[in-house]
Amino acid sequence: MNSLIPLFVIIPLGCAFIMAMLGRFIKNINKFITPIFMLSLVYLTFHFMLNSEGTLIYKVGGFEPVNGIPIAIYMVMDGLTKLILLVISLVGFLAIFYSLSYTKQYTSERKFYVLFSLMIAGMNGIVISGDIFNIFVFLEIAALSSYALVAFGVEKHQLEASFKYQVLGGIASLIILLTIALIYWNTGTLNIADISRQLTVNCSSQAGTNVFLKFISVLLIAGFGLKAAIFPFHSWLPDAHSSAPSPISAMLSGVLIKAIGVYVIIRLFFNMFPLSYELSMTITVLGTISMIIGGLLAIGQWDIKRMLAYSSISQIGYIILGLGIGMLVLATGGNKAVAALSITGGLFHLLNHSIFKGLLFLSAGAVEYRTGTRDMRKMGGLSEVLPITSRTSLIGSLAISGIPPFNGFFSKLIIIIAAIQAQYYVLAFLAVLVSVITIAYFMKLQKYTFYNNDGSKWKKKKIKEVPFSMAFSMIIMALLCILLSLLVIPDVREIFLKPAVDVLINAADYSTNILGI
Amino acid sequence: MKGMTIIVKKITQIICPVIFMFGLYIILHGHLTPGGGFAGGVIMAGAFILQILANGNILPKLRKEEEGLEFMESAAILGFLILAGLGLLFSGGVVFFANFLDKGELGKLISAGFIPLENIVVGAEVCAAIATIFIAMVVYKDEEGK
Repeated sequence: MNSLIPLFVIIPLGCAFIMAMLGRFIKNINKFITPIFMLSLVYLTFHFMLNSEGTLIYKVGGFEPVNGIPIAIYMVMDGLTKLILLVISLVGFLAIFYSLSYTKQYTSERKFYVLFSLMIAGMNGIVISGDIFNIFVFLEIAALSSYALVAFGVEKHQLEASFKYQVLGGIASLIILLTIALIYWNTGTLNIADISRQLTVNCSSQAGTNVFLKFISVLLIAGFGLKAAIFPFHSWLPDAHSSAPSPISAMLSGVLIKAIGVYVIIRLFFNMFPLSYELSMTITVLGTISMIIGGLLAIGQWDIKRMLAYSSISQIGYIILGLGIGMLVLATGGNKAVAALSITGGLFHLLNHSIFKGLLFLSAGAVEYRTGTRDMRKMGGLSEVLPITSRTSLIGSLAISGIPPFNGFFSKLIIIIAAIQAQYYVLAFLAVLVSVITIAYFMKLQKYTFYNNDGSKWKKKKIKEVPFSMAFSMIIMALLCILLSLLVIPDVREIFLKPAVDVLINAADYSTNILGI
Repeated sequence: MKGMTIIVKKITQIICPVIFMFGLYIILHGHLTPGGGFAGGVIMAGAFILQILANGNILPKLRKEEEGLEFMESAAILGFLILAGLGLLFSGGVVFFANFLDKGELGKLISAGFIPLENIVVGAEVCAAIATIFIAMVVYKDEEGK
């Protein structure tokens, strides 16, 4: 079982280069290979999820630790890893299946699939790596291919957005590399579990190291906050996510900012650093502000994908809020059950958001594919000519605004209940308020895009429903929006969410599990 | 971009093979002396770039070269991955990147298991990548100038 862990990197990386070579000679081979390997990754993830328990470790090269000091690069597979891998492979598969028809409009189609596979390899690598420098290496693989994918249409605004993304992403990478260098200088190791042990030992004995700890924590929040687009580091996101090809927008908004931003933040702040009240408060406040700011900015947008991009900032705020309250409760030594509930809410919302934001971006892409515009003022009445897109988009909007039978309702409810139980009444109130704002802008989106007139303008232009592969992905995602609400049932939650929550609640166990001390 | 004078061309012609050989030397002795796949690959790419600088470029020819280099790049990475995967296979499905070949005698050219082989593919990859980047810049500049 352990030896299967590197496959999560080998399969997408190998396929990417096979496609780069063969794609030139065999037409359309990329379109066969990519969905098949994504499906195999989905299978592998479920295999790990259902058949393995606890923390699995894989040492690259087979080097055993010497005197308890880890030498090899570690790959770690625990509950949190499995959850994020599930998100990556599931949304990735649906997005690539959608692309089969969507990419016909581009001239160099085959490069799209190569870059996509590289992005998947990078994200999988970040998630399974137990070594902070390898996180950086894989982060660069994922980020570089996403820069290229944002600019894939090579139109003026796409290049501009990609350039902005590259500049801010470059700054983020610089900060992260600096932090890694500082950590290595201070602790002499790069293994997360080992760093955690060193920091715990150093901080209790020396008061001076605490300043250092605060400094690197702030740098890490800035670096990975830029990648996760938390306020005040969010300015690149609306441009980049709205200009990219739609399946890529779905991947960026649904998966990338979580895998290379939120995941690393929670992994490092729960499992590597000793929890502290100040830092938990900083993270929670930043999450809350981005939740509000993202929501307020989304209302005024007329560009359909730009509105969804702002909405992503707002929803990432919800995720950070849920996890932040959990951190606060743990740091102040409060009730562990409340912290568990709050973290469950945060992770559940992370899973849900990847599905419904993916769905909404795919629907917006379908609208753009058929009408050629992203301006909502030029649309209207599209429910007449695009029935499937209209229905799936409606389901996505209902789910994200938190209407009861859909998954978004439950995750938001759990976060709000946890906030009240932890006695952060203001945060609970703000979460409810932003939920109302969310309904407001999604009603605007639905009204101006799909209803508002009888659609005779589009009937005259003979607009048809989107091709099969696009419709299929959207329908599956819409079904998932309903099915995922089953996760509130305790038995189902045991399999999918509980292992991930346990990793974060028993934060100190991470290093003992891995180092075996 | 036009080529340079006959003096530069002649000297490049003499010196390029030597630089190329030196790059190969660095790659092949990667496991014994300082340097290795990356450094040697860069030196080999240097010889290639020197040729373009001295002789000027002919766009269609460069395009063709670029395609070949792209292929070489992908093939080299794939080779690296296959070597690592073979390690997984020969160690009974346990260790990715296992050094499955005979380690040999310390200090000999043919020793250290599959590390020299990996150095060779890394060298090919780096050489192809750097030359591709250079060609991309040249092609872009020329297209912009028109």
